[in-house]
Amino acid sequence: MTLDKEELGSGERDAADDYKPSQRRRDRERYRRARARRATAIGALSTLVTAVVLYLVVVSAPGWPRTKETFFDREYAREALPKVLEGLWLNVRLLLICGAAVLVLGILIAVARTLRGPVFFPLRFLAAAYTDFFRGLPLIINLMIVVLGVPALRLQGVTVDPVLLGGTALTLTYSAYVAEVFRAGIESVHPSQRAAARSLGLSNRQALRYVVLPQAVRRQVPPLLNDLVSLQKDTGLVSIGGAVDAVRAADIIVGRSLNYTPYIVAGLVFVALTIPMTRFTDWVTARMDRRQAQGGAI
Amino acid sequence: MHPAPRALRRAAVAVVLLAAAVSCAPQPEEPGEPSSSAGSTCEKGELATRTSGKLTIATDEPAYEPWFKDGKPANGKGFESAVAYAVADRLGYAKDKVAWQTVPFNKAFAPGEKTFDFDINQVSISEERKKAVDFSSGYYDVRQAVVALKGSKAARAKSIAELKGVKLGAQVGTTSLDYIDDVVRPAQPAAVYGKNDQAKSALKNGQVDAIVVDLPTAFYITGAEVTDATIVGQFEQQGGTPEQFGLVLDKGSALTSCVSRAVDTLREDGTLAKIEQQWLSDAVDAPVLK
Repeated sequence: MTLDKEELGSGERDAADDYKPSQRRRDRERYRRARARRATAIGALSTLVTAVVLYLVVVSAPGWPRTKETFFDREYAREALPKVLEGLWLNVRLLLICGAAVLVLGILIAVARTLRGPVFFPLRFLAAAYTDFFRGLPLIINLMIVVLGVPALRLQGVTVDPVLLGGTALTLTYSAYVAEVFRAGIESVHPSQRAAARSLGLSNRQALRYVVLPQAVRRQVPPLLNDLVSLQKDTGLVSIGGAVDAVRAADIIVGRSLNYTPYIVAGLVFVALTIPMTRFTDWVTARMDRRQAQGGAI
Repeated sequence: MHPAPRALRRAAVAVVLLAAAVSCAPQPEEPGEPSSSAGSTCEKGELATRTSGKLTIATDEPAYEPWFKDGKPANGKGFESAVAYAVADRLGYAKDKVAWQTVPFNKAFAPGEKTFDFDINQVSISEERKKAVDFSSGYYDVRQAVVALKGSKAARAKSIAELKGVKLGAQVGTTSLDYIDDVVRPAQPAAVYGKNDQAKSALKNGQVDAIVVDLPTAFYITGAEVTDATIVGQFEQQGGTPEQFGLVLDKGSALTSCVSRAVDTLREDGTLAKIEQQWLSDAVDAPVLK
């Protein structure tokens, strides 16, 4: 309160008293407000009309009563929700653990692939082979091989837990994707940056660590989060090994009742989980844009 | 510039589009349009089938033994293939008038037009499922059985209580899974597989101690597929009504009563028993778990 008073009491107030907007300016402002109101009204009306059209199109479809019964049954939704949420906990844990592993592995592979010098050729070759192979291999086949195939080898000390094996398969595939994202980031850093770092007396390793990687990673945040959202949805595929995730929990009820509502519930739960992540991506992107604009001004 | 008339024009366009969209939506089928006459009388060979003059029967792929043989439903071999042809014959469709179709289990009951006349896929009849589809009369009384690797702890179980500490698995959407959840109630939650094949490989690899399948499948698994496995035992029927497999028809299908009548006749004249004897003959005795 005191702050407000001080502010009001300062010279600004007097200046405001002296200033009288011209008639033309007031007209202009009135016109703009009118236009804004009109735009809002038209927007609201158009939204309403669109909603009504969509509603009528769906509801007037000949199969609507049956579809409503099989996809939007309140009873089954109520039954499915707790089980789907219980399954979702598995998806969330897999996302957190695999997500961390993917980021670490991805950056290592990307760095290995961008190392210079003939001595690193085998490393570069292996990293390239890894990304080529696992990016090309369909995730579902990768999962089948790891979850169902690895235990068949009967290796001593290797787990047969389908969740751990499934997580391994997810990490293999996604670290290949993410490595390519990181590599693109590393290669997008202008060579002059590296040259400048070297001329300051930093070693190659230091230039990579303190100059190239920070810029590369920051630039790649949006595509990385994109891959993370994708990983989140694919965590459900570990259910081929018998683990019950959110989607399989819905499957179980659908199989018993032949009613699809649980799928809708599971779908919405995933969307609800994805939206905060998407908004976070947007926020990070916007913040980086602001920073870059600021840097440009200096 | 005249903003108001333009907005009006746009609104008019929107309304026209709306009207078009609504009128373009597919019209409801006339109820029983081609079927009302033929459907009620079950005239042989002249039912209101999807393709007139032909009977389209659906099942999933792969088609498992002993229900089908060699994965080819159309060869007439295997229990369900034989039943399907017997029903078709009873309805007045000779072998060459039967067309087979592959429909995944969880698509067989999707709303919307069906591409088949009936589906035969070891689907157990239940009151809950009857809300979504029509069932014919049951063509097979099924029992659920537990399969475990020979010499394992699970294989030595003599009662349901002894199975509580065992890691069990089953295929999703089966009554086998319901038996685990409702009858055994194991300490560890059941592993749930999309297909019996995955459950079998998990059993082989020791990812589960035992799996629950229907008895004929259990005999086939232990006899041909996982030969170092054994049938631990079968469950008793739960409740008063026996669990039965039924043919799946579209909800409100005009054919349901005809197909049901055909199945009933086949049961009465002993045809079903004969087919069962031929294809599921070894599925007779396994110790009952109490």
